[in-house]
Formats: sequence, C-alpha cells, structure tokens
Amino acid sequence: MSAVEEVSHQNGANQISDVVVRFAGDSGDGMQLTGSNFTEATAIYGNDLATFPDFPAEIRAPAGATFGVSAFQIYFGSEDVSTAGDDVDVLVAMNPAALITNLKDVLVGGLLIIDSDAFTDKNMARAGYSSNPIEDGSLDAYRVIPIAVTKQVLESVKPFGLSHKFAVRCKNMWTLGLVMWLFDRDRSITTDNLKQKFANKPEIADANIAALNAGHAYAETAELPTGVEVYRVPRAVAAPGLYRNITGSESLAYGLIAGGQLADLPITFASYPITPASSLLHTLSGQKQFNVVTFQAEDEIAAVCAAIGASFSGSLGITSSSGPGISLKAEAISLASATELPLVVVNTQRGGPSTGLPTKTEQSDLNQSLFGRHGDTMLPVISCSTSVDCFDVAIEAVRIATRFMTPVILLSDGYMANASEPWLLPDINDYEPFPAKFETNPEGFAPANRDPETLARVWAKPGTPGLEHRIGGIEKDFDSGDISYDSDNHQRMTDLRKDKIEGIANYIPEQEVSQGNPKGKLAVVGWGSTYGAIHQAVKRCRQEGLDVSHIHVRYMNPLPRNLGELLAGYDQVLMPEMNTGQFINIIRAKYLIDAKALNKVSGQPFKIKEVEAAIRSLLES
Amino acid sequence: MNAPVQKLTAKDYSSDQEVRWCPGCGDYAILKTIQKLMPELDVQKENQVFVSGIGCSSRFPYYMNTYGFHTIHGRAPSFATGVKLSNPELDVWVVTGDGDGLSIGGNHMIHVLRRNVDLQILLFNNEIYGLTKGQYSPTSKVGTKSPSTPDGSVDMPLRPCVFALGAGAKFVARTIDTEAKHLAPVLGRAHDHKGASFVEIYQNCPVYNDGIFDQIKDKKTAADTRLVLEHGKPLTFGVEDSKGLRLNAKTLLLETVTIGENGVTIDDVVVHDETNKVLAQMLAGLKLPEFPEPIGVLYCEPTAPSYTDDVYQQRIVVREKQGPADINDLLRGGHTWTVS
Repeated sequence: MSAVEEVSHQNGANQISDVVVRFAGDSGDGMQLTGSNFTEATAIYGNDLATFPDFPAEIRAPAGATFGVSAFQIYFGSEDVSTAGDDVDVLVAMNPAALITNLKDVLVGGLLIIDSDAFTDKNMARAGYSSNPIEDGSLDAYRVIPIAVTKQVLESVKPFGLSHKFAVRCKNMWTLGLVMWLFDRDRSITTDNLKQKFANKPEIADANIAALNAGHAYAETAELPTGVEVYRVPRAVAAPGLYRNITGSESLAYGLIAGGQLADLPITFASYPITPASSLLHTLSGQKQFNVVTFQAEDEIAAVCAAIGASFSGSLGITSSSGPGISLKAEAISLASATELPLVVVNTQRGGPSTGLPTKTEQSDLNQSLFGRHGDTMLPVISCSTSVDCFDVAIEAVRIATRFMTPVILLSDGYMANASEPWLLPDINDYEPFPAKFETNPEGFAPANRDPETLARVWAKPGTPGLEHRIGGIEKDFDSGDISYDSDNHQRMTDLRKDKIEGIANYIPEQEVSQGNPKGKLAVVGWGSTYGAIHQAVKRCRQEGLDVSHIHVRYMNPLPRNLGELLAGYDQVLMPEMNTGQFINIIRAKYLIDAKALNKVSGQPFKIKEVEAAIRSLLES
Repeated sequence: MNAPVQKLTAKDYSSDQEVRWCPGCGDYAILKTIQKLMPELDVQKENQVFVSGIGCSSRFPYYMNTYGFHTIHGRAPSFATGVKLSNPELDVWVVTGDGDGLSIGGNHMIHVLRRNVDLQILLFNNEIYGLTKGQYSPTSKVGTKSPSTPDGSVDMPLRPCVFALGAGAKFVARTIDTEAKHLAPVLGRAHDHKGASFVEIYQNCPVYNDGIFDQIKDKKTAADTRLVLEHGKPLTFGVEDSKGLRLNAKTLLLETVTIGENGVTIDDVVVHDETNKVLAQMLAGLKLPEFPEPIGVLYCEPTAPSYTDDVYQQRIVVREKQGPADINDLLRGGHTWTVS
C-alpha cells in the first residue's frame, strides 16, 4: 500500500494519519449502506471523519450501467478532517462501471479492491472496456486485489438457503468485512444494525452477518497479496465529551425541534417529497413525541400554505424543499412576508436549473433566496456550513422567524444534507430560550401593532377572546391593519418591511474570522458547505506561512454589520462558490470590493487542492 | 367547545369594514345569512376562523368579526388545513369561488376533500370570474360569451358537486344565495358534520353573469326547476309534487315521471337517502333543462374519520408509548462514544 503510505503521511509501520476510501457499485448494490456502516464503525473507533455519499437520481439504474454507479466516500484520520477528501487511496469497485467511472480519482499506487466475478464480457462491454482491465495491464499503476467476491459470498451464505438473488445481495457486507479488517474496525455495530434492519427476516440478517464475517475472515487468513496488512489510523485528538455521527439533514431536523422547544411553540412541518430534501420530512415525521405535526401535502404550494396557516393559528410553520419546489412556494412566501407571520423555509439546494441534478450538490439558489419573489419582498436568509452546523442554524432560523415575525430562508445543500461527521453533542440546557409572545390583551389591540425596537408585528392567535381580526395579502393600513390602497401608506409599509429586515443586522453576531487574521493579504470568503474545503486549504497554506485567512458567512441577508469593514482590511478577497458567482455579486455591489471568484458547478464539492491552487495563484500574482 | 357565555347577535359578527361587493351581488345575502347563523352555532366567536383565497367571494372574511385570513389564489384549503392541524379546536370555514376553488385551486380542493379535513367549504358558484372583469370560469355553460371568449366558450363545465363526490367528499350539499331559509339550515348541517363539508352555493353575479340561476330561483318556475332534497322523503317536484324521479332498471338512470300518469304512483319514486353515494352521484349530475336541479344535502357519511382527528390520535399513541420527550435524549440516540 505504498501510495497510501506516501500520501497519507505514514507515521511508522502500517500506521497512517489519514485515508480516503470509496465504495462504488451499482445503485442497487447497497453501497450507501456499506458506507454508512463503515462510517459508524470509524466514528466509534475514534477517527475524525467526513463522508460524501454520491448517488444517481435513478433508484435502480440498469445493472452495470455507468450512469447508475452509486458511490460512498469517507475520509478519516487522526487529525482535523473537514472534507470527504480529494484523492482516493482505496477504491472498492463492485463492477466494471464502478471502476471506469471512479478510477480517475484514485491516487497512482492506490489500492483497488475489485469483484472480478462482475467483470463479465457483457458488463465490461456495457462499461466501455474492450478488454479486461484486471488482466490487460491498464491498472499497473495501482495495487490491484481482484477477488471473486460473488463466488465467496454465495459460499458463505449457503447455509441460510437464500435464493440466488438474495444471496448475491450480501456482496456489499462481504466487502465491508474485508475493508473493516484492513482498517481494524469493529464489526459489532454493523451486526447490530443488520439485526435491527432485518428484524422481521432473521435469515436475511444472519446471511448478511455471515457474509460480513466471511469477508473479514478471508482477509485475515492471509489470502490477500503480501504487503496488504492491517493499517492503523490513530484516534484523532478531539475535545472530550460525548459524540455521535450525524448527517446534515438529521442535525437540521433536530435543530428545528430544538428551536420549537426554545421558542415554546408547537411545530407544523409541511412538505412535499423532493430530492434531496425529503429526509427532513422523514426524520421529523418520526418525532411525534415532541410537539411536532408533519404534513405531506399534495404539492409544494399546499405545503408552504399549510405551514403559513399553522403559523397564523399559533404554531411555528415550517416548510422544506429544494430549488424547483422553492420556486413554486414563492407567491405564498410573499404572503407570509406581507402578513408578517413567522415561517421557516428550508432549501436543501441541488444542481439546477429545472430538474437539473437532483442528487448532486450546488449553491445556486442564493439569488432565488434573496430576490426570487414578486414585489419588494426582502427576507432574512441564513446558511449552514457543515452537517453539525445545521443544528445551530436551524435554531437561529426559528429565533429570527419568531422574534421578527417574518419568513426566514435557511439554505442547506445536497452535500451536507447527506454527508456525516462526528458531533460533540451539545446540551440543550446551554441554549438561551426565546419564548414566543402572543398578544392576549384586547385593550388597544390592532393586528398592526408592533414592537418599536424590532418592528415585529404582534402575534394574536385564533382562539384568543377579543382579538378577532383579519389579515391578508392586500396592503394594510400602517396603524389599523385594515386594508388600504392609499399611496402614502404603501410607501410607508414598504419602507417598514425593508427597515424591519435590515434591522435584523442589529440582532445577529458580527462576522468573525474563522481562521487567520482580521487583516492581511488575502481573505477567502465562503458560505455554505464549501466550509470544509476552504478550511483545509487555508490551513495548509497558513502552515507554509502564507498570509491567508478564512471568513465564512452564515447570515446572507442581512449581512453582518461589520462585514464590509472587515473585508476592506485585506488586500484581496477570494470567493469560492458552487455556482456561477452569486454571493460575489452581492459583496461586490454592496462593498465595492474587487473580489475574485472561484466557481464550480460540476455537482461535486470543491476539492481542497482546487481552493489551495486559487489561493496560491492570487498570492503569487 | 363551551357554549357562548352570552348570546351574541348577527351584529356581533359584522366587522367594521365597509362591504365592497357590487350592488345586488349575491354575496351580500350569503354574508347576512352567515352572520345570523353564527350565534346559533355552539362555538365561541374567538374560535371561528374564515379562510379565503382570491376573488369576489374571498373578500368574505374581511366582513366577519371573527378571525380571518384572506390568502392567495386557490390555496385557501391548504391554509385552512394548516390552521386546523395547528389547532384542531378551531372551527374553520373556507370561502371560495368557482374560479378560485375549481380552477387555480382545483388540486387543493381534491385533496382537502379526500383527506376529509374537518372544515366547512363554501363554494360560491356564479359561473364567472368577477374580480378580473368577467372572463368565463370552469363552471360556465358552453357558449358563455365573455371578454376571453367573445364567440362563446367551447369547453365543458365542471359540476362542483360531481367534482366533490368524485374527490371523496363525505358531505356534499347545494343551496342558493338569496334563500336564507334553505341556506342557513344547510350551512348548519355542514357545520355539524365532522370532516370536510362541501357546500355549493348558487350565487348571482349581477354585473357579469346576471340571472343565470333565475329559472331555479324564480317562484313561478321553481316548482319545476328545482328538486328540494329531504332525507327519507320521495324525490318529488312540480306543482303540488306532481312529478318525481324514478330509477329506470334497464338504463340505471333516473327519469322524470308524472305521478298518476301511466300507472305511476308515489311508490315508484326514489326515496332520498343521503347516505347513498350512488344516488348522490346521480343527483349531482342532474341539470336543466332535462331535469330539475337538486338543492339540499346530496350526500352525508357522518361516520367517516376526519383527517385532523386521526393525525392527533397518532400523536397521542406515540406520546403514550414513548413518554416525555427530551431533546438531549434525542440527540444522544443511536451510537455514541465518549472521548475523555
């Protein structure tokens, strides 16, 4: 495993500091399950880690097709890990399509674990191989371990009497067992998971466990080529405390529940299925023990409308979707702005336009979030930067929505929604509650009454005696809240809505520098899930003494009040974004700074080296 | 819900807003009837909520001194669903029109009915778009001349009650704007029904579609043009109930018969059973000039479970099973490990 040793900063015999493993196979091969089990075992082993599940939009693409390849990448190590890694050290390829589509990311000298049984003439032709790559020398630059996995699996699950179809499906667990041996992972969690998953089909659970153990045993009984031995990746140095592994969509769901509790409000979560946002609906619908009602609406519009209706009657309405679905919700979001009701709109962004790349990531809905509505509808927009960060950002979205009586757009993306990382679990008691206030006093009540400081309208919920009132989309009189077509009043109300949103800047933290100095030659300014790649790139450059700092913006609108001044302290500003340059236009327009763009819209997150190269190029020029 | 502490009157349900419908609009009559009905219902004023979409009818909530939400075009059923999900104790009325409820909002209407959300849905059907100045609507008769169909409309209209029954509504009724004595008890029935109650109200638009229901409303012709439905009573109409509807066993269709002619007796006439969906579907499709148009409760299935009740029932079951919920426990669920 020379390449791994070479690139992974070997710390002694068979000890490496970090490694990137990618499992790739057909979309029906169970690669995501394999990856998530390996991740759990790795987290519990004590490595820092980050994952990148990368799968096609097709649920079960035709077997062996290159467009149907599903992959799961994990980067783990003994040091601070914040991305899923650039280059692959170990590739597990379940068929020719998985090999041909993933080989370009594997380091020269990397380890290829290949199911040779899947390299049939038909599969190879389908993937585009004219000869068998295992035999024709085209893989000479790598360490190749071809194993007749299918044969081994069928042998190992024979005692369970499964049909051929079900027996072959245990392939992924066999391979997982082998890779677990390679990195000295504990199989007991996977065993528990399998027992739980197949609680009603014990023979399937037993067969999968047998395959897992057989893969492990195969590696252990020295049937692997010489030189391939157990590699030890020392535990990462992490802050003491209790940890778990979490994906962005889980931590976002938990954050919304926590936000509801801190606001002392029931939650009505209304959503319509859409990739990659649906997992939020799935997670929340299983949390009925909290004050959460979920509603799978007939469409995106019904979902946002139901959420707003719920807010009107005294719950916190939340809706969730991805780009195209958010477009459909635009009219209703403007109504929530006009009627000044709290609403959280979660956008788990994906590649666009239109259906675009449903399972791939992008940050291209910032413009839509800021501007994608009729009329002068300004809204607060906040963004999550990592899977763990989703928890705090969700709480913050609830705080802003309820404190300022406004819809809030929360931007996540497909990458962090699915990616997982270890989470030092917070204690909810450490969070400051922000209980929502409901008007109850009929004396002097008008639905247009507002807090003179925050400009938030009163919240008077149906069921409160003496506060019967009407709200709606027609412009309202500044004082009474009754409908008004008066021109001066419309000017005043438009100004009010603008002032209210801009004023939120006084209630959010100032922008901090996440790494580096508050002044200098270069600031790399990011937002959203580019955090990990920028963090590592800046770290590596700073280790070499380069004068570069990292600023990561959570509050996209209104922007932190010190941001302009802060950015003016750097000679240059670099803005990596997974879009064609949306945030950079805001920064350039607002602060008249000649920021430089680094854009990527391939559906894949930034690699560390891509950001690093841009930093070097700016500092060297 | 508790009975009102003091007896309110129609005036208590009238807001301070100036009513802005055109003079002679059928909406005035409906508003008045509903304001009079409200104190009769066993619901406190603060628990009444009117939700509407966009259009002339959707201005309704502004004139009711209850809680009200004038929302966006076609989506009132969705907002109302959210209101009800958030607080099932509220008594929620949806006010919509033929364009709002069946055209731009047709999809939501289907789903609110099939889900059986506990709401009263009042569809003011004037067979025209009023607020946008008179374009034909999805219920306009073929041949309706309008600014967008100067040579007459060519597309087939929807029958709202047929639509509602097709979507699985458990309570479907039809009534008339200016006939308070029919309108009020039908709305009372709709209110008492648990689940989504759908009421089509024939409503005259004096500006853009004046007189389309005159044949049914005119006292001179009404006996022959309307069929007043009463549960358990034979489906008779005409002067002195001289006519009736009989089921033709060969065609499985309703046919008009005259009692006393060709040996037809009252026993041959179908007796209205509002729990019979097949009959309701046949009645909903009847239209002039071949048949009188039925008014009253076409269909009522009182035992159907309401969506909102079921949602809360699930929650109660989970809460009883899982005990008190704690966020810290939720976060610490699954596999955890300690770094010391």
